[in-house]
Amino acid sequence: MTGALLQVDGLTAGYGAAPVLHDVGLTVQPGEIVAVLGANGAGKTTLLRTLSGLVRSSRGRVVFDGADLAGTKVEHLVRRGIAHVPEGRGVVTELTVDENLRLGGLWRRDRADARKALDEVYELFPSLAQRRGFAGHQLSGGERQMLALGRALVGRPRLLLLDEPSLGLAPKVTGQIMALLRDLRERTGLAVLLVEQNVRSALSIADEGVVLALGRVVARNRASVLRDDADLRHAYLGF
Amino acid sequence: MDRFIYLTFDGLSRGLVYAAFALALVLIWRAARIVNFAQGSMAVAAVYVAYSVTNATGSYWLGFVVALLAGLLLGVLVERVVMRFVDHSSPLNGVVVALGLVLVLQGTLGIVYGNEYQPVETPFSRDAFEVGGIAMLSRYDLFVFAAVGTVVVVLTLLFTRTAVGLRMRAAAFAPDVSRLLGVSVGGMLTLGWALAAAVGSLAGMLVVPTELGVHPTAMDVVFVSAFTAAVVGGLDSPIGAVVGGLVVGLLLSYVSGYIDVTVAPMAILALLVLVLLGKPGGLFSSSKARVA
Amino acid sequence: MTDMQQKASASTVPETGLNVPKRRRRPHPALVIVAGGILVVALTYVLPPFRNYQLATMGAYFCVTAGLTVLTGLNGQLSLGHGALMATGAYTLALTQNRWVNLPLSFAVAVLVTTAAGAVIGLAAARLRGPYLAGLTLAVAIVVPSVTSTFDETFNSDQGLSVILNPPPETIPMERWQAWLCWGAALVVVLLLALLIRGRFGRDLRAVRDDETAAKLAGINIARTQVLAFVVSAVCAGVAGALFAVLAQSVSPGAFPLTLSLFLVMAIVIGGLGSLFGALWGAVLLVLLPTLAQSVGEQTGSQQLEGNLALVVFGVVLVVVMLAAPGGLASIPSRISRLIRRNR
Ligand SMILES: Nc1ncnc2c1ncn2[C@@H]1O[C@H](COP(=O)(O)OP(=O)(O)O)[C@@H](O)[C@H]1O
Ligand SMILES: [Mg+2]
Repeated sequence: MTGALLQVDGLTAGYGAAPVLHDVGLTVQPGEIVAVLGANGAGKTTLLRTLSGLVRSSRGRVVFDGADLAGTKVEHLVRRGIAHVPEGRGVVTELTVDENLRLGGLWRRDRADARKALDEVYELFPSLAQRRGFAGHQLSGGERQMLALGRALVGRPRLLLLDEPSLGLAPKVTGQIMALLRDLRERTGLAVLLVEQNVRSALSIADEGVVLALGRVVARNRASVLRDDADLRHAYLGF
Repeated sequence: MDRFIYLTFDGLSRGLVYAAFALALVLIWRAARIVNFAQGSMAVAAVYVAYSVTNATGSYWLGFVVALLAGLLLGVLVERVVMRFVDHSSPLNGVVVALGLVLVLQGTLGIVYGNEYQPVETPFSRDAFEVGGIAMLSRYDLFVFAAVGTVVVVLTLLFTRTAVGLRMRAAAFAPDVSRLLGVSVGGMLTLGWALAAAVGSLAGMLVVPTELGVHPTAMDVVFVSAFTAAVVGGLDSPIGAVVGGLVVGLLLSYVSGYIDVTVAPMAILALLVLVLLGKPGGLFSSSKARVA
Repeated sequence: MTDMQQKASASTVPETGLNVPKRRRRPHPALVIVAGGILVVALTYVLPPFRNYQLATMGAYFCVTAGLTVLTGLNGQLSLGHGALMATGAYTLALTQNRWVNLPLSFAVAVLVTTAAGAVIGLAAARLRGPYLAGLTLAVAIVVPSVTSTFDETFNSDQGLSVILNPPPETIPMERWQAWLCWGAALVVVLLLALLIRGRFGRDLRAVRDDETAAKLAGINIARTQVLAFVVSAVCAGVAGALFAVLAQSVSPGAFPLTLSLFLVMAIVIGGLGSLFGALWGAVLLVLLPTLAQSVGEQTGSQQLEGNLALVVFGVVLVVVMLAAPGGLASIPSRISRLIRRNR
């Protein structure tokens, strides 16, 4: 257990009286990609929102890099090194591409490095560099996903919480994004907690997989094992 | 013709004041989706503070600066102590709470200062210069142009050129995402209220000396004019607020000059009704319906 | 945004009081009204003249708060313009009365004119929501009193008009007669309202408030319902205004400031937004709180305190109630009963 980047134990959370998540546990090691899988409504988004504090948990513990996150304000999460790209990507559509990206680095004290990180993102996504002055709502779905990802990277996170990046994207674009995540992990050691309904592409890059059903963890294993477990796939993942 | 020119300049000068006040309304609307019905009373409170300071020290400018600071402070207080806790599930709630504040402020000011109009001095003469025999502008009008112009420029720079401005816009458009990116959304909201209240106070400082003087209800009609200006421009648009302010100012000036002063409030009401019913979304906004 | 508003008005407006047909058996409104009438008449014989005058004022306020409760509480439209509608009723009564000195006729004309005014504002209001409606009605509240200066030959600007009244029979003191008049009117108004909202109209009002789309699908004409609600509440305001004119035996713009409209909103919010009993509550507070504030002012000998303390108290109460219990005080009984039911 020691050395885990993110350690979640017994997490119970929800929106009203009845919890959506029940006793959820998972671990993300430094530089590891962990896929969270499950049907629509299983509680994947709620899990990420609880990790970042947007949803209050009623029980359980979230430890990041050795420190309990309880009581950490949502807006202080980036300072800890956690970037959350929410479902639907969270591009601020009224702002330009450049403004969205700058927003990702505003919190940083090291202004020089924030600028450098921004330039790196433009290098990583040349199509964004061409659209600096465009408003968010003028971008395509794939460009928005790149923008959201790039904006997270400007903060040089150690853990990326990524909610359904493939949603509404063409398979080719999804493939590019998955490849990019693997590449980032190789180059920078970025750990990713990847929520996906697109099980195939998620498991193709993940090291570990966690399967949620009705807010409970029903399986936790190596990605390769999950890929080959036909019963599990039929029961929870539908393919 | 002479009269027309004079009334036009007079209308522009008034219009800029309404523009500033409408800007304040728009600032809060964009940040919090609340029409701050208490803004008139908040501005009056700041003007009273200035009035006390000026009376005590003899310095208009000290009073002026203190009014802006008082506005800032009042904005912070109103947001932190009251508005933050309003249940935003219904837009009515914010409106009703703001009206409660109107009562509190007007009552308090009445208790402290009484319910008589107190004349307030202007820092510059309001006598119009004559250019080629035509009365056009007074020094005070120039002061109004400069003050409101400064506000518009400063706000524009703040929102488009600074990190704080970017944070404020992001927080207004997408609060949750902004928080995930490290923006203190609550702080931005407070800042928005403070700025708006300061701008509202400036408008109060500019308009009160040109009318009957300071009184707990001195800004009621100004509020209606500025609300109309903001609606003309579309509540979401700062540029719209400025243009709306000028439209309202000119309308008031022409109606007062060519028909009668007492008809002016009705002209405003007519304009408000026309815009609300005829041009949904205002002249400068892209939103479709008058729903909020 | 609309559905946000609808959801909200559903949640902030608890269903309490006379108007909600429940399975529980309730006395017929007419019985309640008759009992109320007997109580008021009895009271007028025990109370001293000044108290009778206050009682009469309560009756007048009850008319307008009851109407406003139907509009805001049951239909979800906030109006800040009811003070102006009262002014319309009051001035119409004064002008008619001074011409023909016939009180029933003057009342009829006052009601007619306010109905027309209410229909005009209501037509505009039906197309507006939230802050836009509030802003428009606020403008009405602030602008309408200034009409008295525009047409000063008719309305005599700020001085206003006095109202000629035929004195009541010598055996009845003026204040007692005023109390009968005001409460007679109030009870008739409230009875009509209660009957109106028991039936289909009441269901339509609530349906429109709760979910416009669903109401439309159910075949309800949204605009017509909203305009009707506005007209009904405008009539109530007109009656109240006319009563005010009779009470003060004069009318002036100063009697209908913006703060009057705000007081009315406060009264119905505190009354729980949606129940006619709550409206009664509100009307009682509208008379008692200023009296209380005034006596505090008198004790401290501060004239400035006298008139203004009530504003501060009303404002603070309004803010606190809104922040603590958006349903208002009248929602507290239903909250408590809900709590008890849940715990069983
Ligand atoms: N804001 C919310 N309020 C109440 N319930 C919610 C909210 N968001 C999601 N839920 C409920 O929580 C459950 C899990 O939703 P979610 O976390 O979005 O699932 P997933 O992301 O796996 O599709 C669902 O039953 C959903 O209805
Ligand atoms: Mg989801």
